[in-house]
Amino acid sequence: MISVKMKKGSPITDKIFKFVAIGAATYVLAIIIMIVVNLTTGSAQIWQQEGISFLTGSDWNSVEGRESYGAAPYIMGTLVNAGIAMAISVPLSFGIAMFLSELAPKLLRTPLAMVIELLAAVPSVVYGLWGLLVFRLYIQNWIEVPLHNLFGDQSIIFAGTPFGLDIFTASVVLAIMIVPTIASISKEIMLAVPNSQREAAYMLGATKWEVFRIAVLPYSKSGLIGATILGLGRAVGETMAVTMLIGNATGAAAFPSSLFAPGQTLASIMANEFAEASQGGLHLAALVGVGLILFLMAFAINVVAHLLVARVVKSHEGAVLA
Amino acid sequence: MITVEQRTEFRKHFRYNVGRRLVLDKVVKCLVFICVLVAIVPLIAILVNVFSNGAAALSWNFLTQVPGAVGSDDPGGIGPAIQGTLILIGLSSLIGVPIGVMGGIFLSEYGNNRYGRTVRFFNDVLAEFPTIVIGVFTFVLIVLTFGDFSIWAGSFALSIIMLPIIMRTTEESLKLVPVTYREAGYALGIRRWKVVFTIVLSGARGGLVTGILLSVARIAGETAPLVFTILGSSQFVQDLGGPADALPLRIWRLSSLPYDSAVTQGWGAAFILIIIVLSINIGVRYLFLRKKGQTLLKFKKLGSVS
Repeated sequence: MISVKMKKGSPITDKIFKFVAIGAATYVLAIIIMIVVNLTTGSAQIWQQEGISFLTGSDWNSVEGRESYGAAPYIMGTLVNAGIAMAISVPLSFGIAMFLSELAPKLLRTPLAMVIELLAAVPSVVYGLWGLLVFRLYIQNWIEVPLHNLFGDQSIIFAGTPFGLDIFTASVVLAIMIVPTIASISKEIMLAVPNSQREAAYMLGATKWEVFRIAVLPYSKSGLIGATILGLGRAVGETMAVTMLIGNATGAAAFPSSLFAPGQTLASIMANEFAEASQGGLHLAALVGVGLILFLMAFAINVVAHLLVARVVKSHEGAVLA
Repeated sequence: MITVEQRTEFRKHFRYNVGRRLVLDKVVKCLVFICVLVAIVPLIAILVNVFSNGAAALSWNFLTQVPGAVGSDDPGGIGPAIQGTLILIGLSSLIGVPIGVMGGIFLSEYGNNRYGRTVRFFNDVLAEFPTIVIGVFTFVLIVLTFGDFSIWAGSFALSIIMLPIIMRTTEESLKLVPVTYREAGYALGIRRWKVVFTIVLSGARGGLVTGILLSVARIAGETAPLVFTILGSSQFVQDLGGPADALPLRIWRLSSLPYDSAVTQGWGAAFILIIIVLSINIGVRYLFLRKKGQTLLKFKKLGSVS
């Protein structure tokens, strides 16, 4: 009798292979957990010292003996800066996405999409350098000075002598930087709308814009919201360009009062003051604490965005199958 | 019966309605076109400025010398920054690529379960983290523990930024390899790990290389994490345990100096950096567009549009 001997189970090499693969995947989760743990322990000192007033206070004094830290102006600065950047970039990005997915002639689509992605590849510090040395002068002479002269110091948002290194310049450059992110994701989402939807609208006699409004937009709404939130996540965490352009005010002066006043964001205060903070001191703990706040903000924003985008992709798959 | 008056009335309304809609359509098209122009102008402006100003700074000394003393007549060069960037890219690839590829293998070969979905989700979230947070984390974890700024710390931070990109692109490109290839391997009695390494990985080679190159282009321009980990230096690297310099860091430092020579050098360094980053990006896309078959889903979409 011939007996075929079948080996049951996998040999040790396969088990090791699977184990290593699982280990590599677990490494990602471990990193995220370690980020939380390390930022918490690194900033424990400041939470003990300041308590909740680290979130609500506006003092920022690193002179020994009078040390007092509050991150409220920087939280506000981050939100205002990102908010202005979003207000500029979201309509622009949706326009670009609409052009790429609905209007562009086929010959233009691929190169244009590539140019947009290259815009995303330019390093942040190069945007900062360009903004500092070139763009600032244009924005100061052509936009800020005329607006300031027109409305004067009485108007709150245009008050203050425009120097070019202020919240407005930082927001505009930030907007330029996040346009490619939002535009390319929105384009993908609009392209995922089944063509039958568009054709149905065309058959009813709709113009291109009406097709977009009644067929594409409702279908891709939650995906576009997800793309916007992803852009917000990037805007909140963007460091170098903002640090170079925002003017770097500290303490209560950093509360964003006017568009043309210097400000400060969570990320820029870390990059700026890190070199001055001595190891083991309260100043350093305060900066790590700022990092923890930024981490929590970005984490929440990104989780929401990915949940939204994932839901859209899933529902699209369902629609294609149905 | 429709009377003549009703008919003219109806025509008037129809003409008004269609005319209004067509005008609105034209207006929207114009607005959208302006959006595209507005987005492209900055890219052209940046490229023109960086290339015209940066080319003026280029010389052999600029590329190889150490920076001169601040404000002195001899501005020196950015040699240490170029060297530092190359070492950083090499070391962080050494850490990031194996873990990223193995993680990608897990997601594609074993990841069709709850744990796989969790890892995929947090991997996507990690990819969008503010890089400065990763810098602060590395500072607390490594620099404070070992008491010194080092290239190792910088490479570790950059490897965390590379990791999600490589993992995701590896997964996407492995999934493009047909299941039948794997089954053919199993039918020959080849073990699973060998099937993955010899058949699947070589089938997905193009996508793998694309992902790794794109992640290298990404970390080459990262500044924020380096501020906290390698600190910056004006000397060539002697040992890996000490502070070092990198191109983006040097650009940042130069931009804050009030001298004309520093500004010129800043443009020069930006020129080198942008050449590295853009040539990788354009090269990868060019290679892909020529061989559509074996690359990433993302780029497949980009190509299939035309």
